[in-house]
Amino acid sequence: MHKSRTPNALQKTAPVFAALGDPTRLRLIAVLCAGGALSIAQLTAGTAITRQAVTKHLEVLADAGLVRDIRQGRERRWEFEPSKLDEARRSLDAIAAQWDQALKRLKMFVER
Amino acid sequence: MNPNTDRIEKQVVLKASRERVWRALSEAEQFGTWFGVRFDGPFVEGERLTGRIAPTQVDQEVAAMQAPYEGTPFEWQVDKIEPMQRIAFRWHPFGIDKTIDYSQEPMTLIVFELHDAPEGILLTVTESGFDKLPAARRAKAFEANEGGWTHQMELIRKYLALH
Repeated sequence: MHKSRTPNALQKTAPVFAALGDPTRLRLIAVLCAGGALSIAQLTAGTAITRQAVTKHLEVLADAGLVRDIRQGRERRWEFEPSKLDEARRSLDAIAAQWDQALKRLKMFVER
Repeated sequence: MNPNTDRIEKQVVLKASRERVWRALSEAEQFGTWFGVRFDGPFVEGERLTGRIAPTQVDQEVAAMQAPYEGTPFEWQVDKIEPMQRIAFRWHPFGIDKTIDYSQEPMTLIVFELHDAPEGILLTVTESGFDKLPAARRAKAFEANEGGWTHQMELIRKYLALH
């Protein structure tokens, strides 16, 4: 076990989890992940969510560093920022790895 | 609750009899030997025990990692025992930071299930309830052990692939 992450890095991961802890925001991430920069109109198409609500959710995601907005003329488009999600995913994997190790030990224990 | 971030599931095939596997999971002393913990009593349904980290006796490398935490106490609740089939516990995942009081936080549920497999017993372990943990704590729990990082449980990626 090596501690490559500083407490500062830990604190940085927390907003990512908070930002992802909402079904609307997870859906937005999934849509933006598929690629490209999308406008609010494109992001709300076919959903019952208002433009204002989506904008609010996108701003939460932007604060967590998961998306960023780009201004194209008068239009504001949103795109996915993958590096933060990779970091969060690594964190999720870490807890699963604890179980990998524990089950490996159980296997050694019952098979010996 | 999001099923992709709330829950971890792992499976392993154990080349041992059901009785052997069951004892390793349901007897506190045996559980402690492989998991790396010493409990202050037997596993009884509904009972709350205190476990103390005691380096595992089955893997020297892991034992060395656990050594600095030796004696660190944590709460361990025996949730349900269905003999030879299923055993469930609750705990504060990787709650080993002495400066934090975990008692007010929700616990996650750990379930071990035994199924017959051609070569022995297929054991499934699930841990769920992560969505209820405070975000800051959760990030910390997830970071608790980076050393064994694997690509197996790419939960968010899976979510993205499915939606």
